[in-house]
Amino acid sequence: MTLPDPRPDSLPHRVIESIQRDDLPLVDDRSRMKYVMNNLVLHIHPAKVAAPTLKFTYTWGLGGLAILLMTILAVTGVMLMFAYTPTPQSAYNDMLRLQTEVMFGQLVRNLHHWSGNLLIVVAFLHMLRVFYTAGFRPPREFNWVLGIMLLLLVVAANFTGYLLPWDQLAYWAVTVGTSLLDYVPVIGPAISRLILGGPEVSGATLTNFYGLHVAIIPLMMGGLISFHIWRVRKDTLSIPRRLDEPPPARIEKVTTLPHLVAIEFVFAIVMVALILLWASWVNAPLEEAANPDHSPNPAKAAWYFMGLQELLLHFHPVFGAIVVPGLALAALAVLPYLRFDTDAEGVWFRSHTGRRTAVVGALTGLIVTPLLVLLDEYALDLPVLLPSLPTIISNGWVPLAALLLMLLAYYAGVRRLFRASACEARQSVFTLLVVSFVVLTVIGVAFRGEGMALMWPWEVL
Amino acid sequence: MAEAVQQSFAPEPDAMSRRSFLKLAWGAAGAVALAEAGLVTYRFLAPKAVAGQFGGVFSVGRVEDFPPGSVTPFNEGRFYLVRLADGGFLALYRKCTHLGCAVPWDPAQGKFVCPCHASAFEMDGDLLNPPAPRPLDRFPVTIENGEIKVDTGQAIQRDHTGPNDAVYAEE
Repeated sequence: MTLPDPRPDSLPHRVIESIQRDDLPLVDDRSRMKYVMNNLVLHIHPAKVAAPTLKFTYTWGLGGLAILLMTILAVTGVMLMFAYTPTPQSAYNDMLRLQTEVMFGQLVRNLHHWSGNLLIVVAFLHMLRVFYTAGFRPPREFNWVLGIMLLLLVVAANFTGYLLPWDQLAYWAVTVGTSLLDYVPVIGPAISRLILGGPEVSGATLTNFYGLHVAIIPLMMGGLISFHIWRVRKDTLSIPRRLDEPPPARIEKVTTLPHLVAIEFVFAIVMVALILLWASWVNAPLEEAANPDHSPNPAKAAWYFMGLQELLLHFHPVFGAIVVPGLALAALAVLPYLRFDTDAEGVWFRSHTGRRTAVVGALTGLIVTPLLVLLDEYALDLPVLLPSLPTIISNGWVPLAALLLMLLAYYAGVRRLFRASACEARQSVFTLLVVSFVVLTVIGVAFRGEGMALMWPWEVL
Repeated sequence: MAEAVQQSFAPEPDAMSRRSFLKLAWGAAGAVALAEAGLVTYRFLAPKAVAGQFGGVFSVGRVEDFPPGSVTPFNEGRFYLVRLADGGFLALYRKCTHLGCAVPWDPAQGKFVCPCHASAFEMDGDLLNPPAPRPLDRFPVTIENGEIKVDTGQAIQRDHTGPNDAVYAEE
């Protein structure tokens, strides 16, 4: 038997061909689908996707943006590891050296810092997008829960990274943040001692946080993200619809390559350009070296914890740090498992009524939250009004019960006044709480001055 | 064949089958292995006290070095040595009982005021102003032959200040 062609291709050509499993060029849908399936990177996508889900203003590319940010964080993070030693003696000097001596050190640090902060915002917005388009309906309930775990890991990654520069900001934000743990009943103090490596933030804490930041948390995130994306691939995206539009009977499908991949590529390029531009102009903050003898005034936690810190100013610590956030997280996780009485998957804000009541919820949160803060700051002193009760009841159970009753009344009111379904009214309550949390964060970041005293807007400017 | 085996060795109705026994045994062995791994990890990571640093015993000086009504900071030991007006000694942990900030002594106001959330404490550590939930923690003080020693190994938490908190030099 003779070979079909006595003169084989050139050696370089054969080497290149051997790397690529499929024939090129991609001439038809079949070869494009095969290419996606057989490609190491692209096979995180299905071979075909529903054409309507490609609409950018449906997903806003937020999940993909989160992955892009994590990639930037991994690359810049590994680079920073080569210029940084996690000890109290050298950490701060390494930061100074990064900014003055290391070539592009400031840029790499800026990229890492801003990408990390942006990731919190993007992950949060991604969650809001899925909620408001009811993307968590079966079979995607558990992927919503995975997403919440990922959000917590993103916050943990940011928090452990916050300590590493070892400046005043880092030291006291982490002191305040870890002190919240002391209020967890029974096991709290032991956990706090374990992660701090002693009674206070010290060199041992820096070692622990470094290990968590560069190894443990990224590994956990890697595993969960794989799970998360695999579920998206298996469960597919929800199909966007207009208001009052019935679910489509037949959905047109297009090949992932080039339709989805092209959009992702362009979006990634634009975002990388924007982040580079921002990181070139705006430096990551660095304050004076950490000084355990002197707390700055005011000593604030990281910005994403300021909503929590604001709660702490109003509630007994067990409630501000544990009960309220715990309840909120549990409610968030259980959301996709609740009875869903409106057919709204893929519809922004559920329905006409859903849109009206969501606006009502947002306005209520925007107006009532500052009023409640002012009321508690200047007028209402529950421990003085109820002197016979311990503060954990007078400043914990009592205000929490009052707030929960108010929420219940609000829910019933929305259902009755707007004839809202349970799912529309729930969306309104969710909106109210999200807006309240954002308002509390803004108050904590911008309107708290020396001694955490409240400032008026004209005093801030 | 399988049927025949089942028939000849059919277990009594309440008895545990071989399969479920093995399942349980494997499960128990797995749980023990996990617990061991957890214990090893915990013991490996658990913090150790280092002698001569914060966490050890500090010799701070002689009784007559501290006039009554004085507050002296010891940054290395993270505490204030307080001599009350009646001559009693107290070592107050400077960590705010609210969220862990370092509480400075304000001599002008005669109290400790936390810069983080405005908690305030009396000279003896008693709570003046929340959000802190309890008085400042204290460390045990011992006085031998006029030498004052403070053990920073374990801070003593207290819900209220009491008359036995302060230590007095023997006359």
